[in-house]
Amino acid sequence: MRVQVERRHHGSILMASLTGELDHHAAEAVRTTLDRELQGRHNVRLILDLSGVTFMDSSGLGVILGRYKKIQDTGGEMVIAGVSRAIDRLFEMSGLHKIVRMYPNCEAAVVALKEVAK
Amino acid sequence: MNAANEMSISFSALSENEAFARVAVAAFVLPLNPTMEELTEVKTIVSEAVTNSIIHGYKEGNGIIYLQCKILGDRMELVIEDHGVGIEDVDVVRQPLYTSRPDLERSGMGFTIMESFVDELEVDSAISRGTRLRFVKYIRTPQSAAHYEV
Repeated sequence: MRVQVERRHHGSILMASLTGELDHHAAEAVRTTLDRELQGRHNVRLILDLSGVTFMDSSGLGVILGRYKKIQDTGGEMVIAGVSRAIDRLFEMSGLHKIVRMYPNCEAAVVALKEVAK
Repeated sequence: MNAANEMSISFSALSENEAFARVAVAAFVLPLNPTMEELTEVKTIVSEAVTNSIIHGYKEGNGIIYLQCKILGDRMELVIEDHGVGIEDVDVVRQPLYTSRPDLERSGMGFTIMESFVDELEVDSAISRGTRLRFVKYIRTPQSAAHYEV
C-alpha cells in the first residue's frame, strides 16, 4: 500500500491518496504515515482519497475511523473522496457514511473544504 | 453431480500472509465464475478471518493458520482455523462494533462483515485450544459455471 500526501489550496488542505490494498498488514503503515503528518497540528483539513484502494476490510475501517476521531478532537475536519462500491458497502454497514462526509472525487472534496474555510 | 474439488493450505500467522490467503481462495473459486462483487466478498471473508486469527487467536505471536476450501456445485465451503487462545463468549464477539482490542483501533466490524457476506457461518471455539470458522457461500450468479450443469 502506498500513501502519498500532498498539500492543496495554498497548503491549507492536506490530501492523502492511498493506493493498493488496505488490510491489517497495510493499516499500520497508513496509520504511522498519516499520524506523522497530523503530529502537533490543529484544525487540519484532510481529504482521504480512496480512489486507488483496490481492496479494503474492517482493518481499513478501523484506521479511517481512528484518523477521523483524532482530527475531530483537534478541531479539524476529515472527508473522504473516491469511494468504490465495495468500500461503500463497508461504510454503510459500519455506519461510517453517516459520520464522515464523502465526495465522488478529490476536486469535489477540495471545493467543499474551501467553502468550510470561508 | 461431480465430486467436490478441495484444497487446503497452512501458513504462518503473519500479517503479510493475509493477502496471500485471500488471493489463494479467490483463485480457487474462480472456476465458479463469480461476479466481481462475489469475489470481493470471498476475499473479504478470508481477510477478516485470517486477521482475527493473527491478532486475537495468536495475539500477533507465532502460530499456524489452517485453511480449507471445498467447491461442490455452486456451493463454496471454507474453513479457517487457528490453535490460538480461543474465544470466551462467541455471542459477544459476534455483536456489531464489539472489539476486545480498541487499543489497536479495531473497528469491531469483522464478524458483522463476515456474516453479511456468507450464507452460513459457524463458530467453534474453545479456550486455549483455538477457533474454527466454517463458512458456506453460494455463488448464485446466472453466469456461474454451476448454472449450466444438469
